Amino acid sequence: MKIILLKTAANYLLPLLLLFSVFILLRGHYEPGGGFVGGLIASIAFILHSLANGLDSTKALLKYSPFYFIPFGLSIAILSGLAPLFVGEPFMTVLWFENPLPVIGLIGSALFFDIGVYLVVIGVTLTILFTISESV
Amino acid sequence: MLLAILSGFLIAICLLFLGKQLKGNLPLAVSILPITLFVYFCTFLPGIGEGQTFFQHIPWIPSMGIHLDFKLDGLSLLFSLLITGIGSLVFLYSSSYLKGHIYIGRFYGYLCVFMASMLGVVLSDNLLVLFVFWELTAISSFFLIGFNNDNEASRKSSLLAWAITGGGGFFLMAGFILIGNVSGTYSLQEMLSSSELLKSHFLYAIMLFLIFAGAFTKSAQFPFHFWLPGAMKAPTPVSAYLHSATMVKAGIYLIARFTPILGNHPYWNNTLLIVGGITMVYGAFHSIFRIDLKGILAYSTISALGILVFLLGIGTHDALLAASVFILVHAFYKAGLFLIAGVIDHETGTRDVSQLAGLRKVMAPLAIAGGLAALSSAGIPLTLSFVSKDLIYEATLNSGNSALLFTLIAILTNIFLSYSGYLAGIKPFVGSLPAKFSEVHLPSGFMWLPPLFLGLGGLLFGLFPSLLDSSLIQPVIHAMGANDTVVSLKLWHGFNTVLMLSALTIVCGIILYLILKPSLKRLNAIGKLDSFSPQTIFMSLAKGTKFIALRYTKFMHNGFLRSYLTKIIFFLVCLIGYYLIRNVDIQLYTDKHTAISMYEAIVFSIMIVAIFTIVFSPSRFVAIISLSVMGYCMCLFFVYYGAPDLAMTQFTIDTLTTVLFVLVLLKLPPYLRIKDKAAQVRDGFLAGAFGILISVIALQVLNEPTNKNISRFYADNAYLLGKGKNVVNVILVDFRGYDTLVEITVLTIAAIGVYSMLKIQSSEIE
Amino acid sequence: MELLFVVLIGVLYGTGIYLMLRRSMVKLLVGLLLLGNGANLLIFLLGDLVKGNPPVISPDSSVFTAVYADPIPQSLILTAIVISFGLQSFAIILLKKVYLATGSDNLDDLNTHDLDI
Repeated sequence: MKIILLKTAANYLLPLLLLFSVFILLRGHYEPGGGFVGGLIASIAFILHSLANGLDSTKALLKYSPFYFIPFGLSIAILSGLAPLFVGEPFMTVLWFENPLPVIGLIGSALFFDIGVYLVVIGVTLTILFTISESV
Repeated sequence: MLLAILSGFLIAICLLFLGKQLKGNLPLAVSILPITLFVYFCTFLPGIGEGQTFFQHIPWIPSMGIHLDFKLDGLSLLFSLLITGIGSLVFLYSSSYLKGHIYIGRFYGYLCVFMASMLGVVLSDNLLVLFVFWELTAISSFFLIGFNNDNEASRKSSLLAWAITGGGGFFLMAGFILIGNVSGTYSLQEMLSSSELLKSHFLYAIMLFLIFAGAFTKSAQFPFHFWLPGAMKAPTPVSAYLHSATMVKAGIYLIARFTPILGNHPYWNNTLLIVGGITMVYGAFHSIFRIDLKGILAYSTISALGILVFLLGIGTHDALLAASVFILVHAFYKAGLFLIAGVIDHETGTRDVSQLAGLRKVMAPLAIAGGLAALSSAGIPLTLSFVSKDLIYEATLNSGNSALLFTLIAILTNIFLSYSGYLAGIKPFVGSLPAKFSEVHLPSGFMWLPPLFLGLGGLLFGLFPSLLDSSLIQPVIHAMGANDTVVSLKLWHGFNTVLMLSALTIVCGIILYLILKPSLKRLNAIGKLDSFSPQTIFMSLAKGTKFIALRYTKFMHNGFLRSYLTKIIFFLVCLIGYYLIRNVDIQLYTDKHTAISMYEAIVFSIMIVAIFTIVFSPSRFVAIISLSVMGYCMCLFFVYYGAPDLAMTQFTIDTLTTVLFVLVLLKLPPYLRIKDKAAQVRDGFLAGAFGILISVIALQVLNEPTNKNISRFYADNAYLLGKGKNVVNVILVDFRGYDTLVEITVLTIAAIGVYSMLKIQSSEIE
Repeated sequence: MELLFVVLIGVLYGTGIYLMLRRSMVKLLVGLLLLGNGANLLIFLLGDLVKGNPPVISPDSSVFTAVYADPIPQSLILTAIVISFGLQSFAIILLKKVYLATGSDNLDDLNTHDLDI
């Protein structure tokens, strides 16, 4: 007995919210936002989708278990921290590309670190909520 | 010398690993160690006799003034020879006594550790090193007393001995550190020159107290004597070795060692005289009522240790001489008697002296050894003990004002001691042999030769005391500070008061032996005194401590979360509340505060209502909704006060939390209905007080200007170093990126925890 | 406004402790949440309240020109909020498992009664 309105809305909201979360993530360095908030918004988007369409369809949409987001994100975060070691700087020194990109602005390893945080947060939140709703 | 000490430890470690392979006659091989060491120490005899002192210096912890300093002088040599000499006999003896015991390897390991640490005690010149070895002797003694660890009495005795000697060890360490600080050195040799400084120091009495606490507990002086009879639960060779010949004399050694440093002061002499005097009479008196062979020997050992302390307390050169001879004599006859008691126990299965009789018919050589030891203990002429008894009386007679009193108690003690010597060394062998002992036969030579050897030794040195005087005894008393004395021991002093006293002692001892027969009845009669003995007091103290500890644990650590919380919060409120009321001038400055606008007041009221709904709502669902209302209100506050990042995070997390709660709500237990008004009111007061406390603290902190240095650094450098304009985000991903990395790791762990907990079937938990 | 915050913090701490003192496991969890919020608010208050000026440098300059809210308490609280989500979910699941295993919400029932030494 799913509410048809919510179902329809959720289908449109999911890409919008995901886009919004990426926007929040990318602008984090200059405006309020960042990996944590972005990740949480993205998880809410998936949760909303699962509430409307059922857990299985969300899982099918994701293809991979959300658990895999965690090691992936952690690796990105750690690699971004390790990157400076290759150019002889201490661990976690932020490196910057020379030229700023349009919209996003200057790209540095801090951004990749934030992307790692983003992925870990999505992974953790979805893993927790999915396992709970599966087993309840 | 270091090698001599370390070899014992090394062999002990080897024995631990090879314990199971130690069968048959292999334990005998271990005896090579003490014999070798004995020979090694004998080689020092000529040098020491000429007045030399040997040193060895190995730096260990130079920054703390701790070095492995070893010094071998007369006193150390006397003890080293006793330790290795008696040790050799005991090692040989044990190989038969414990033949076939499954833990014989372990036993020899403990013995080696003990011997090595005892050598360490008497050879160390550094106080802290000495202390380490001192404790090691206590530890090895603990293991040896509790060697039969399947016996409850044995375990209890070893714990008691450990508690007393270990407790004394604490005092001793404090004393050593105090002395080391005052004199500026931990080296005994260097301390000799600061003797006057120490004696005139205002903490001198405390130093004495601490040192004596250590020495008296170790040497079983009244009122700490009671662990020694209990320690007789150890296998008999251990009793012979540790609890009569060597370890208990460590306290005597310590006092003798400190005589030239702290001695010759009224406090020193009087304490030793009083404690030693009480111990020697008390021990001797108790020894005559025992019927257990080892019990008799234990109490007579206590008494002998009392005599030694007493002699050191007199402190004259005569007394020091008497003490050093008596150490040797006592080791000879008491170790012998113990070994004999061990053989009797081993062969007949009883140590009850009232039953034992006539064993000379089946164990003739042992009877000779017993007779020699008993005569030695009684001080019959021709034994070394006679010489020593003469010296004791000479010392008491020449001790000045209280000579008469001292002599009297010395005579009394000696009469009792000779009686108990007869009881242990002669009684089992005379009379007619009871039928039940007719099958008894002489054990292997390793068991009866050592006591015989000790008895003959006593006789030999008694006949030719000049073998000892200048070569060993003279350096001993020189080490105790009597530098100018020339010692000349003689068997025959001519007819004088001392000889009369000796004769009186012997006669009285024999008379006592003839009229007093050991019986259980008298043991029980004396047992009535136990209700106010030091042991009873100590035990009830220990029980009381245990009781208090149990009560405390039950009160503080009862396993109820709310009880822990109540206590912690109550204590916190009282402590901090008291401090705030006493020391802080509580003030309120509203001028710096930001104004309250209308919408803030509304959000505030909504939040308060939400919080109280959470607390008092009977429905879980209402509580959860209120929880999210409260979260969104927080979120609004964050928006008002310049924290958009926080607001966004709080908002999303709050949403997720609500989803989480709703998801599991049905599976969560319903609210527990416990209507306990009293508890609610009590907790309400406590929680209210805590809330008020936190508010007051927050208010007071607001009065202080916040230190903004770090914030300013981040704000100023966010764009310069971090190339970002959102300072909060720059802190998270750049300045404190490492923290964030750890944080997401923690989140990962939480997720794995949840995942694994839910995937495990509930049945597996139960 | 500081005064209201101070009152709020006191109320949050007080009610948090009160709920934790109840014997119910669910209430323990809720109490923990209230306590956490109180702590967040306390940290926020101690960083001094600055109205409407987030610690974000305006796009056309590279340093702060006006007053700004303290960024350190904010980053601390942000971390705390996210971590507390992990804590909550873990605690809820633990609670559910304990409930399934013991069938009781009463914390006292979790005690094994072998305390007699």
